[in-house]
Amino acid sequence: MLKIDCADKHFSEIGRLIRQTDEKIIVVDNALGHRYIASGAKDKEIIVNGTPGNAMGAYLDGCKITVNGSAQDAIGDTMNDGLIVVHGNSGDATGYSMRGGKIFIKGDAGYRAGIHMKAYKDKFPVLVIGGKAGSFLGEYQAGGIIIVLGIDADSKTNVGYFTGNGMHGGKIILRSQQLPDLPDQISARKANSEDLIEIEKYVKEYCLYFGKDANEIMSKDFFVLTANSANPYKQLYTSV
Amino acid sequence: MSVNYIYPPYEIVRDFNRCINCKICVKQCANQAHIFDEKKGIVIADDTKCVNCHRCVATCPTRALKIVKSDNTYKENANWSAESMKEIYRQAESGGVLLSSMGNPQPLPVYWDKILINASQVTNPSIDPLREPMETTVFLGSKPDKIVRDTDGKIIDNLAPQLKLSAPIMFSAMSYGSISYNAHAALAKAAEKLGIFYNTGEGGLHEDFYKYGKNTIVQVASGRFGVHKDYLEAGECIEIKIGQGAKPGIGGHLPGTKIVGDISKTRMIPVGSDAISPAPHHDIYSIEDLRQLVYSLKEATDYKKPIAVKVAAVHNVAAVASGIARSGADIIVIDGFRGGTGAAPTRIRDNVGIPIELALASVDKRLRDEGIRGNISLVAGGSIRNSADIVKAIALGADACYIATAALMAMGCHLCRSCHMGKCNWGIATQVPELVKRLDPDVACDRLVNLVTAWTHEIKEMMGGMGINSIEALKGNRLMLRGVGLNSKELEILGIKHAGE
Repeated sequence: MLKIDCADKHFSEIGRLIRQTDEKIIVVDNALGHRYIASGAKDKEIIVNGTPGNAMGAYLDGCKITVNGSAQDAIGDTMNDGLIVVHGNSGDATGYSMRGGKIFIKGDAGYRAGIHMKAYKDKFPVLVIGGKAGSFLGEYQAGGIIIVLGIDADSKTNVGYFTGNGMHGGKIILRSQQLPDLPDQISARKANSEDLIEIEKYVKEYCLYFGKDANEIMSKDFFVLTANSANPYKQLYTSV
Repeated sequence: MSVNYIYPPYEIVRDFNRCINCKICVKQCANQAHIFDEKKGIVIADDTKCVNCHRCVATCPTRALKIVKSDNTYKENANWSAESMKEIYRQAESGGVLLSSMGNPQPLPVYWDKILINASQVTNPSIDPLREPMETTVFLGSKPDKIVRDTDGKIIDNLAPQLKLSAPIMFSAMSYGSISYNAHAALAKAAEKLGIFYNTGEGGLHEDFYKYGKNTIVQVASGRFGVHKDYLEAGECIEIKIGQGAKPGIGGHLPGTKIVGDISKTRMIPVGSDAISPAPHHDIYSIEDLRQLVYSLKEATDYKKPIAVKVAAVHNVAAVASGIARSGADIIVIDGFRGGTGAAPTRIRDNVGIPIELALASVDKRLRDEGIRGNISLVAGGSIRNSADIVKAIALGADACYIATAALMAMGCHLCRSCHMGKCNWGIATQVPELVKRLDPDVACDRLVNLVTAWTHEIKEMMGGMGINSIEALKGNRLMLRGVGLNSKELEILGIKHAGE
């Protein structure tokens, strides 16, 4: 096991230590806004204590990261594989363009969470947000699943404005009293039994990490948002 | 009675004395402009389908074909050209956004043609590149501020990673999807043979081309298509695409119908899924955010690869470039408004952005004024048509130039500007297997190598004429340029004197 104390260290030094070590388990202590932790990392288990900075786990390719604290912006940017578990909140653009792997946020996520998520073959990205999500959730989503549980949230929709703008694939699951205003390109429905089986799988995993009661979470209503099947972006072009 | 407002712009002229009804033209034209009339036993033509790509002309064994501009005339005037009239008819008919391809064709000034190059006479004698060595090698990447020595006085290597080019020419970004597999293969092979670089564009990298990694620049754009760890490691340099000269400020949309087979694999999205590259990167709202993407890429690749940032030449490009230079990027790429594209809304292509000559000159000046020009490399693109354009670009301050339209033409493109139709008869801008097959990657590679070799020799001759034996001595050497027919503001921006001064 390698222990890295972030205090007084520049991000480039932390990055170098993580890249160079052969140790499979790395504990990063006293993180305080240090950026790019585990960017491009593969086959390691990293435990971050504190508040890691932006772009943690960018291009992650099969690595488990646990954050004991909150994370900042753009964690898991273009993530290909792996697992990120955040015992707190996360900032904007959580899981931007992730193609595979899973991100679990115990609390809230900022703006543009899950933006441009996409799936491919055996790659299926999963983003579970325990609390609320900010505006532009799942913008341009092309694949994968985003689940917002709204646990202990005081809002009726648990999301901000413009949910799913430009969405053209994948699913957004909202556990909420009512639906937010949605663009025309999205169709929404109550979760059916098949949906609930899929949702429960991820809810159970969430509960495993954060010690919550899955049955209680599953007892509320879920909505399923998908791209409207009529291709909404096929703008009519005329050639010159 | 049907009324057709639009008269075909080109006529297919067939010399029936020469035509042997071999039907090669019928087979060669994917637009089906040539038809064999069974009844009459002759090949006839449908002008409405002709895009003037010259495939039939070039393959006709008896030279029986030519394509001429129709002399049919609208009652056009200085304000309403035939083109503007036709566009109105087209939109009134379809309600669609006008879509076109390749670079801006409008009669806007081409500053390259108003800039002349110097030569030595009597003093500082000219050099003959045939008998004296002439250095065209260029290194792209950040340069350190100063030399650092250790206690023994030995130089500490603090040089950031560099791209080594045998000549100041690279093939600019064209994605697999916008162009064919064979076209990509030809570019990759030619880059390797020439000791230069080609660029994957934003469509990912086909597994067959990983072997050309030493001569590859991989692109990261807003859609992140095909971007993963191995892809980032595959090339020698990573280019962040912010904008493109042909369509500044807008993104891209490869329709689901084009996401087939290998294209799906390379972009890493399912078959039939729309590939939308949003206009902005959704994690970049400032230079500070750009810095974040630059450094997340550097961290992911262990600081072993220079990071380039490509932007379109727009009004405030100098300020933008200054920001890029401070973001930690190693190379700035400026793409002028004449740069090509596989598809862009016509109004954007023809009206948005500024000429590369002015953009390049103002960026170079701004970076020099701020004392940071030496820290970063500058690459210019957006319709570099010949070696003289390159010499002028370097004298205006570029380290190297990107070419794409010229490279496509070397492979056979006849600039019919119909890439967006996906039926390129030359096998370049198409994914139709029978059409792709027409482009032999080895032949196309040889033609690319010929073009760049010829240009490199011409660059040497022009440098020799100026008494300059190294590309480094030409860089930013604006005294070697004079303007002709330019007003004082234009000369001021270009930072050159008028001819005769």
